[in-house]
Amino acid sequence: MSQNAIPPVLEIDNLGISYFTRAGEIPAVKDFSLSLGAGESVGLVGESGCGKSTVAMGIMRYLGSNGAIVGGAIRFKGRDMNELNEAELRQIRGSEIAMIYQEPMAALNPSLTIATQLIEVSMTHEGIGEAEAHARAIQVLADVNLPDAERIMAAYPHQLSGGQQQRVVVCMALLSNPSLLLLDEPTTALDVTVEAGLVRLIAGLSEKYGTALLYISHNLGLITDTCDRVCVMYSGESVEEGTVNEVFNAPRHPYTHGLFGCIPLPTADKNARPLMPIQGQLPLPHERPPGCNFGPRCDHFGAGRCDGDEIAMQAVSNSGSAHRARCLRWHEINWDLDIAVETEREEIPVGDVVLAVDGMQKYYAVHDRSIGAWISGKGVRYVKANEALDFRARKGETVAIVGESGCGKSTFAKVLVGLEASTGGKVRFDGDEIGQTSVHDRTSEQIGSLQMIFQNPDETLNPSLTIGSQIGRVIRKFGVEVEPDKIRERVLRLLDTVKLPRDFIHRRPRQLSGGQKQRVGIARAFAGNPSLVVADEPVSALDVSVQAAVTELLMDIQREHGTTLLFISHDLSAVRYLADRVVVMYLGRVMERGSTDKVFSPPYHPYTEALLSAVPIADPNIEKREIILEGNPPSVIDQPPGCPFQTRCPRKLGPLCETEAPPSRDAGDGHVIACHMELTGLRQVEHVIRFSNGNGVAGKE
Amino acid sequence: MIELVKSILPAPSKVSALVRALRSFALLRESGVGMVGAGLVLFWVIVALFAPVIAPFEPNAQLLPMAKPGTAFPGGATFWLGADQLGRDILSRIIWGSRTVLFFAPLATLCAYTVGIIMGLAAGYYRGKLDEFLSFVANAILSFPVLVLYVLVISTIGPSGINIVIAITFASAPGIMRIVRGLVLDLRNRDYVAAAQTRGESSWYIMLVEILPNARGPLIVDACLRLGYVVITIGVLGFLGLGLPPPDPDWGGMVNFARPLAIVFPHMTVFPCIAISSLILGFNLLADGLREISLRD
Amino acid sequence: MLFFVIRRFGNMALIMVLVSLAVFLLLELTPGSVATKVLGPYSSEEQRRLWLEAHGYMEPLWTRYGSWLVNFVQGEFGQSIRFKVPVSDVLWPRLWNTTILGFWTFAIMIPVSLTLGVLAGMREGGLLDRAISQISVITTSIPEFASAVLFSSIFVFGLKWLPGTSTMSDGFDPLQLLLPVMVLVVYDFGYVTRMTRASMAEVMTTPYIRTAVLKGLPYRRVILRHALRNALIAPFTIIMLQINWLLSGVIVVEFAFAYKGFGALLLEAALNQDIYVIEACAMVAVFVAAATQTLADIGYTYLNPRIRFK
Ligand code: SF4
Ligand code: SF4
Repeated sequence: MSQNAIPPVLEIDNLGISYFTRAGEIPAVKDFSLSLGAGESVGLVGESGCGKSTVAMGIMRYLGSNGAIVGGAIRFKGRDMNELNEAELRQIRGSEIAMIYQEPMAALNPSLTIATQLIEVSMTHEGIGEAEAHARAIQVLADVNLPDAERIMAAYPHQLSGGQQQRVVVCMALLSNPSLLLLDEPTTALDVTVEAGLVRLIAGLSEKYGTALLYISHNLGLITDTCDRVCVMYSGESVEEGTVNEVFNAPRHPYTHGLFGCIPLPTADKNARPLMPIQGQLPLPHERPPGCNFGPRCDHFGAGRCDGDEIAMQAVSNSGSAHRARCLRWHEINWDLDIAVETEREEIPVGDVVLAVDGMQKYYAVHDRSIGAWISGKGVRYVKANEALDFRARKGETVAIVGESGCGKSTFAKVLVGLEASTGGKVRFDGDEIGQTSVHDRTSEQIGSLQMIFQNPDETLNPSLTIGSQIGRVIRKFGVEVEPDKIRERVLRLLDTVKLPRDFIHRRPRQLSGGQKQRVGIARAFAGNPSLVVADEPVSALDVSVQAAVTELLMDIQREHGTTLLFISHDLSAVRYLADRVVVMYLGRVMERGSTDKVFSPPYHPYTEALLSAVPIADPNIEKREIILEGNPPSVIDQPPGCPFQTRCPRKLGPLCETEAPPSRDAGDGHVIACHMELTGLRQVEHVIRFSNGNGVAGKE
Repeated sequence: MIELVKSILPAPSKVSALVRALRSFALLRESGVGMVGAGLVLFWVIVALFAPVIAPFEPNAQLLPMAKPGTAFPGGATFWLGADQLGRDILSRIIWGSRTVLFFAPLATLCAYTVGIIMGLAAGYYRGKLDEFLSFVANAILSFPVLVLYVLVISTIGPSGINIVIAITFASAPGIMRIVRGLVLDLRNRDYVAAAQTRGESSWYIMLVEILPNARGPLIVDACLRLGYVVITIGVLGFLGLGLPPPDPDWGGMVNFARPLAIVFPHMTVFPCIAISSLILGFNLLADGLREISLRD
Repeated sequence: MLFFVIRRFGNMALIMVLVSLAVFLLLELTPGSVATKVLGPYSSEEQRRLWLEAHGYMEPLWTRYGSWLVNFVQGEFGQSIRFKVPVSDVLWPRLWNTTILGFWTFAIMIPVSLTLGVLAGMREGGLLDRAISQISVITTSIPEFASAVLFSSIFVFGLKWLPGTSTMSDGFDPLQLLLPVMVLVVYDFGYVTRMTRASMAEVMTTPYIRTAVLKGLPYRRVILRHALRNALIAPFTIIMLQINWLLSGVIVVEFAFAYKGFGALLLEAALNQDIYVIEACAMVAVFVAAATQTLADIGYTYLNPRIRFK
């Protein structure tokens, strides 16, 4: 990699960016350096608040009224961005440096047509006329795989799907052929199968246009898939940089190393490779420790050394490559030993059936009051949120329900806990039918033994009540204890169980971090000694390093109590990691179900196969068979006839799939696939995920 | 019911609610306008509390008709702001008048809030037919120009303190209901509400414990603005001759009473106007300050 | 859309019936007092009874209300007790006068408050923003009657520039319109300004404005093309609702300046229990309120493509 031959497109030297608030100066980015050559792609990874987005905004010099560059320099093609005036900046923004944003819907102006928003770019930067700009926009729209360009041009943003909106944003960025493209979490808001298509598209286009990419993401897997080099940030500083191979295969900073211990891979499960959480949590910007910012969470912390002076980046490779890390002790740590410390866990024995779902169905009636519907007599239509749901969950087992947004997994959770009533089929919990019993008609014993953990840490707790009173309320409500002293005692014990300090009993949610709030949510769910806990994406809103700790905690408590866990998730890696059995859903219907091993290896349902291929994996040694799905999932209101997946299925058999609902085929051991393809055909499909050496790894065969 | 009351009362915790209220009030120091507003309101509250001590004259004593500001009364005290056509001291009447305003305005606001909150909680939480009905009633009342409503109601049932409170409650509760309803529609989708539902809590427990306390921020700001508005209403009613029956002092009524002579003796009308405007300004600035603070954290 | 408008007007008709009934019932609370108002406090019990009987007040409520309703629908509003002429003879000229007053108020207030609001919201927290915000809090804190008194004492009694009343007794005089319009504008512009400012400030922090800036567009285009359209949706609704508010405002202003308009008429009618005038005024008020509300909703739908293309 000889970058020295051509001058880099972007060069950042010891950059410092601060925000100035009432509380004083808050350094958001410190001592940050990076260089990016033409056509190169570099990833910037880190958790929320590490300053990665600030770097991007700093490059654009768009820091708001209270942010400023306080040190170092950003040079774009040799020009110091900090010395440009407004007019010069305008010439660079949107023409030489373009940006793609996290929320495509919010990034587009809701009251202007796509055409207006696209053509103004060329008109401003190239001074061309409207007709010419229009023609150019249509041409680039075709490049981003948006056929039917004229219709898109005439549309308003809300008339497009999320994937289409993001393609429009990409098109907008490419219109003036920039030499640098900043991508700020470009796919975080999208479903995985849509994400996969977009990632491929961007890679192809940057090659075609020779654009340098700065990829900002919290997702290590995405960076592996898309970048040549990577820079890991922690708490406002870069802590490690190098090529993706070097950094991901041989991390030389305890934080990077720890991160890999925190993420589940779709190649391993909980018993083979338990997650190894990083202790503690990110320091707030004004509470950073002296010396190494990672010090308080580092296993190799050396008192007197690591908490002294600021630590500089240093080369960590003898081969003269650019692999560098910000750690004093990198050469003293035995990196291999660390990974080897793996405790194999015993599998928990599985007991009786706790939950039996048979042909469960949930339809919502939608009333259309428009005059058209009134005339045509279609005033009421049905949204089939769940259709013919079948599965069992046994005592102590973890069953995962996986699927993309709109697949009906959350509706099912609502029926289970009694917030909605099913419209058909049976849901038996401990032998009692509960599908149509609203929560008010259940006995408090039933309610207590079927509890839920919620997704959003900021919403799961009532901000006005103390932690103690919220957990205590549950204990009293379910009659576990009645006397105030005993309740208090039990609250304290529950806090111990979820590894929170006892004095949290008096705290309010505002004073807790996201991970701590989720722990309280877990304590609350387990307060009534439940036999079944529904966890709806319990960790997906948390930072990676915190996710692992919460996931492990949840599993420990589950194991201890022999609780059945119904884990609802869109994250296949997490599902692979902790589930015993998996139910894959699409548009309200079960596509495939069976034990985790079976579902993650052939025969696959075509949808499962595509999902597996779409998951980004943070391991450069893994190769995936690429299956890109066209289009977006249809809306639940207008479900296609026949197989729900037929509009996107790469293996579609023709008219049969369009007219008849597919049969459920039993592949043995409760592994069921709903597809018109014969099992023999499905069995011939190869593994989606394999190591570079050619072994399929997704299942034990 | 006892169960409900018990759960609403905070569990014995180390920090009492009062201390917390004071602490959040101390936050106001960080907002300049908020402090000015609080100062103005506090000024009038103190004036109202100590009216008998501060006022130089009896508010209804007829002493020196049409005295100009600064005229000394033979008895020793001075008519700092002059006297009206019946010889009553303007300053003393303004001081005593603050009692009227600061009694009826908060009372009317409180009543309106009680009704509005109950309606808004029910409409936003139960939705459906009940919501449609309540929203229709609210829209019907709100579509009617407020002052027209006051004038009609008060002129019929007669001007008196309690009638003013009733009229204001009737006219403002729908507006409060709309705000509460909007907040409830948002808050009812929070996970902690779902958590309460999944453990089978009663609807009123959820509304009063899980939802209402979390809507307090916007409601406090709105209450401040509304207090200012109620002060205006009371003033306007007095000005139109529909306020409290004479002779007790009432700012709007003072202006109305002295209006025929305003061309010769502007002091009789100008000072009460300044008094009422300053109190309203106080409430408005206080609301601004509170909003500014609530946006910060 | 047509369906929507029809529903709205159905709704409005329902509200009008309810309100008219409520007014009838309200006046029923104080039976006979209307006779006292007409005949004076020193009339005898017998005189009042005779008067009430002669004017149909002894009929049961439902009969009276029913016949009023039938007449009203046919455009016959009844006879004013106080003015002793058909209601429409007083109502329409008064309404016209108020329309003139309202027109000028809006003609001045809308451009002023929109401009100030947009300027303030463009740079939130800037010097201009703070100045405009402070001024508008102060002006909205002065009730109309207070500013009427204050302006009069300055421009009428102090400087002697303007006439103190606006009776228009010698024909229409624009100079007499000046003070009432000023009072209305001063009280109301602050509210609209603050709403516009809030809306503009919010739009300026949205990601799509960031997109526009980072596309390298000139600042003028960012403001005029990307921000304004979205920022003016909320103020539009608010301005429409201000028409409704104006009906309250004119009562005070017309009373203060003795302007012969709708507000003064309503006040007089209410004080004299002149039931048919009150009913007619109430119907006008509800009609104006419902019509502006409907217009506001239609305009909102039009301005907001997210709703327009559903
Ligand atoms: S410098 Fe010290 S504390 Fe920081 S990462 Fe290295 S070993 Fe850990
Ligand atoms: S039934 Fe047909 S369309 Fe559906 S998944 Fe199977 S092959 Fe694809």
